[in-house]
Amino acid sequence: METTTAARPSTVAVQAASQTVNDCVIEIATVNGSGSQSANNILLKAIFRMGVPVGGKNLFPSNIAGLPTWFTIRVNKDGYTARREDVDIVVAMNPQTALDDMKKVKPGGVFLYNAEIKIDASALRDDTRNIGVNFRELVDQATDAIKLKKLLVNMVYVGILGELLRVEWDALVSTIRDQFRDKAKVLESNFKALEIGRQYAIDRLQGHFPFAVSEMSENRGKILIEGNAAAAIGMIFGGCTFMSWYPITPSSSLAETFIALAEKHRKDPRGKNTFAIVQAEDELAAITMVAGASWAGARAMTCTSGPGVSLMGEAAGLFYYAEIPGVIWDVQRVGPSTGMPTRTAQGDILGAYTLSHGDTKHVLLLPGTVEECFEFGMTAFDVAERLQTLVLVLSDLDLGMNVWIGDEFKYPEKPFDRGKVLDAAALAKLPKYSRYEDVDGDGIGWRTLPGTRDDKAAFLTRGSGHNKHAQYTESSPQYREVVDRLVKKWNTARGVVPAPIIDRTPGAEAGIIAFGSTNMPMREARDILRGNGVDTNYLRLRALPFNEDVEGFIAAHDRIYVVEQNRDGQMLDILRAEFPAHAVKMRSVRHYDGLPITAPHIAGPIFAMEGVSK
Amino acid sequence: MSTTPATVNRLGLSRGEYSGGKSTLCTGCGHDSISNHIVSAFFQSGIDPYDVAKMSGIGCSSKTPGYWLSRASGLNSIHGRMAPCATGAKAANRNLIMIGVSGDGDTASIGLSGFAHLVRRNLPIAYIVANNGVYGLTKGQFSATADFGAKQKSGRLNPFSTIDLCSMAIDLGCTFVARSFSGDAKQLVPLLMAALKHNGTAFIDVVSPCITFANHEGSRKSFAEVKEHNVILQELGFVHGFEEKTVDYAEGATETVDMEDGSKLTLRKLDSRAHDVRDGTAAISLLRAAREAGEILTGLFYVDAGHARETLTETLNLTEKPLAFLTDDEARPPREVLRRILDDYR
Repeated sequence: METTTAARPSTVAVQAASQTVNDCVIEIATVNGSGSQSANNILLKAIFRMGVPVGGKNLFPSNIAGLPTWFTIRVNKDGYTARREDVDIVVAMNPQTALDDMKKVKPGGVFLYNAEIKIDASALRDDTRNIGVNFRELVDQATDAIKLKKLLVNMVYVGILGELLRVEWDALVSTIRDQFRDKAKVLESNFKALEIGRQYAIDRLQGHFPFAVSEMSENRGKILIEGNAAAAIGMIFGGCTFMSWYPITPSSSLAETFIALAEKHRKDPRGKNTFAIVQAEDELAAITMVAGASWAGARAMTCTSGPGVSLMGEAAGLFYYAEIPGVIWDVQRVGPSTGMPTRTAQGDILGAYTLSHGDTKHVLLLPGTVEECFEFGMTAFDVAERLQTLVLVLSDLDLGMNVWIGDEFKYPEKPFDRGKVLDAAALAKLPKYSRYEDVDGDGIGWRTLPGTRDDKAAFLTRGSGHNKHAQYTESSPQYREVVDRLVKKWNTARGVVPAPIIDRTPGAEAGIIAFGSTNMPMREARDILRGNGVDTNYLRLRALPFNEDVEGFIAAHDRIYVVEQNRDGQMLDILRAEFPAHAVKMRSVRHYDGLPITAPHIAGPIFAMEGVSK
Repeated sequence: MSTTPATVNRLGLSRGEYSGGKSTLCTGCGHDSISNHIVSAFFQSGIDPYDVAKMSGIGCSSKTPGYWLSRASGLNSIHGRMAPCATGAKAANRNLIMIGVSGDGDTASIGLSGFAHLVRRNLPIAYIVANNGVYGLTKGQFSATADFGAKQKSGRLNPFSTIDLCSMAIDLGCTFVARSFSGDAKQLVPLLMAALKHNGTAFIDVVSPCITFANHEGSRKSFAEVKEHNVILQELGFVHGFEEKTVDYAEGATETVDMEDGSKLTLRKLDSRAHDVRDGTAAISLLRAAREAGEILTGLFYVDAGHARETLTETLNLTEKPLAFLTDDEARPPREVLRRILDDYR
C-alpha cells in the first residue's frame, strides 16, 4: 500500500526532535457531503476526553455536496480554543484545494495528504513534513461496500492522526462507541477503519512527529457543545411551549435540536406534547405565530438569522407597541442581503436593536458562551414575559454552530417568571382594570390572557393607536401617554436584563468592551496584550439596554476599545449615542471578513492605538 | 327550522351581551351587517364569549371584531397576518373558539400565503373574509378578488384575473367552504353557526359591498349587482345539538350535514344544479362555471363533516391542558433529564 510519495517523509527538513505538546491546530480539508464531520468530531471529543482544552470549527460552504469544506481543531493547554489563523497539521483529502491547503501549514508543520491527489514532488514544501497516504488502499481493507468507503476513509485518517498525535486509544474507542451506540454494524466498521489507520501509522510513519497531545485534567465537569444545541436544551428547561421557525442557516440546527429533544423529553404522562412546533411558511408567519401564541399565553419563540430578522421587522413593532412578550433567537451570519450564509458576523446589532418602523427599540440578549446560550434559552422567556416585550437573542454562527467547551449546565432552580398576568380570581378583586395602565410605577401594566372568565378581562389588542385602556385612539395626549410610559418600561428593563460581566486587572488603564462570540478569543488576546505591557479591564456586555455598570466602566477609563465583528462598529454607535459625553474616548476594533475573530485581530489594533510597537 | 328568537340563550345571556363597540365604518357598509350576523350566530349558538378569541388583520373588515363580543379577547394584528396569529393562539390555548375576520386585501393579497397555509394545516377556526373587491381605507384601489373587467369608481377596469378564495380553499383541502352575502341573514347566520361548530378550518367568503368605493354600476360587487347576480345554491338551516327538536324537513330535496358536536346543518336545494357538498372536485367545477356565467353563487360548497382530515390541534398532538397554562412542573423536565441530555456532550 505504500506509495512512493508516502515513502518520502525523509525528504522533509523538519527541525530537530522538539515536540509541541497540547498546542496545535489541525485542519482537515474535505468535500462537503463526504461525511467527514462525524469522524472529525470523534477526534475532537477524544482529545476532550483526555482532559485537554480543545475547540472545533466547521468552515463549510453554502452547498449540499461537492464544494470544499474545512474542519479545524485547536488544541491548547491554556484553554485558548478560539480560532487561530495558522495551521500546524493539514489533512488534505480534497484535490480541489490541496495545493492551497499545503500553503497554510506553518513551517515545521505537517502536510498529510491523500496520495491519490497527484502532487508533484517538486511542488511539496521542504519546510514541512509531507506524508502521502494511499487512502483508497487502506479503506479497501476496511470494507467492500462502495457506499461505506466514502465514510470510512474519514475514520482511517482519524486512526492515523490519533496514532501520530498519541491520542489515547481508549478515548478514541469510547468516543466511537458512544457516537454509534445504537448501531452495532456501523460501530464495527468504524473500529476496523480506525484500527487500519492506526496500524498504518505504526508500521509506516514512525519517527519524529512534531506535535502530540497528552492527558490533562482541565475538562472535569465540562461539556463540549455548540451554542445552538445549548440554546435548544435551555428552551426545553425554560418551558418554551411554542416554537415556529422557517429553516435558515445557521439557525436550523437550533430548531432541529429543540424538536428532537422536545419529542423525547416534553411529553405528558399520556404521551401528548407539552409544546407545539410549527414550521412556518416564511418568517412573516413564524414571528406572527409567536405573536398569537404569546398573546394567548404560551412561552413562544422563533429562531432565525439576519434575512429572517429583516422580514420580522413589521411584527417586531406589534410586539413592542401592543406589549406582547416574544423571543427571536437570531444566529447571525454575514450580510448584507443573502451575504455569506455559512460565515459568521455580529452585524445585526443595530438592526435588531431598532427593528421595525416608528419609535421602536428592543431588548437584546447577547450570549457570549455556550453556558449563556443555555441560560438565555430559559431566561429570555422570563425577560420577555416580565417586560411584556420582544426579546432578541443575538448569537452567531461561530458561537451557535461551532463546538466549545463549557461548564456542565446547571439545572434551573428558579421558577418561570410569567410576569404580570391577572387571572379571573385576581380580576374579581379589582374594581377596574386597564391593560396599559402603569399601576406599579415601573412602566409595566398587567395583562390578561384570552379565555379569562371575568367581564373586565377582555380587550382588543392592537398595533394601531391605543390609549391606556387599550381603546383605539387618535388623540395626541393619549398616544403620548402610552409611548412615554414605554420609555419608563425601557428604563425598568435596564435592571431586568443580565448585567455585564467585568474582569479587572489591577492598574489597568485601558478598557475593552465586547460581547457575544468576540468573547471567545478575549482571554488569549488580553494575555497577549498583558505580555507586552498593556493591561486591560474587560466589560462583556450581555444585554441591551445598558445598565449603570456600563457607564461606570466607560467613565473609569481613559481609553475604551469596543471590539465587534461588523464593518461599521454598530455597538460603538449605540454606546456613543447612549453616552455622548464619553464618545471621543471610545475606539473601534472591528473584524468582518466572515471568519471568526482571533486574538491577534483584537490585540494588534489595540497595540497600535496604545502606541505599543510589537 | 330556524331557531326561535328568544330573549336569552341557553347560557342566560341576552343578545345585547354579545355586542361590542360602536362601528366606525361607513353607514350602510356590508361589514356592519356581517357583524350583526356574527352576533346572532354566537347568541343563538349559546357560545360563552369568554371562550372566544377574535382574530383579525388590518383593513375595514379587520376593525369589526371591535364591534361585537366585547367580552371576548381579540387580536387586531398586522396586515395580512391574521392567519399565522390565529395559528399561534390556537396552539397556545386549544380551548379557545377561534373566529377570524379578514378582508379581501388582507387575505387574498398581502396575506394569501398565510391563508393558504392555515387551510393546509386545517386550523380549527371560523375564517370569514368580508369581500368587497376594493381597498376601502386607502380609497378604492382594486383588490385581488375584484372581478376581471370590474370597474373602479374612477372608471378604470380591472385588467387582471380574480382570485376565487373558495376554489382555492377547496383545492388546498379546506374542510368547510361557503360563500354568502352580507345582506343575507337567512343564509349567513346558519353558515356562521355551522362554521363555529366545525372542527377544522371553516372558510366563508362573504360578499360585502363597499358602499363608498364599490357600490357603483360595473363594480360587480355593488348591492344592486350582487342582488341581481346572486344565485343561491341551498336554503340553509341549523339545528344545535342542545336543541330538543327534530329537524323539520321541508318539501324538496333536503339533506343534512351532521356536525361533530351533534348539531345539524340542513340544506334544501334551491338551484336546478345538483351539487354534492361532499364532493370537492365538483365544487371547484361548479364555482368555475358560475364565475364564467357571471353568477355570484352562494351557499355551502364543500364540507368534510366526517373529519377525514386531522386538525392542527391533532397534528400537534397537544396535551389536553392549554399550553398557556402549563405549570413549571408540566413544562420543565426533571433534573435527571438534563443529566441524561448532557451525557451526549461529555
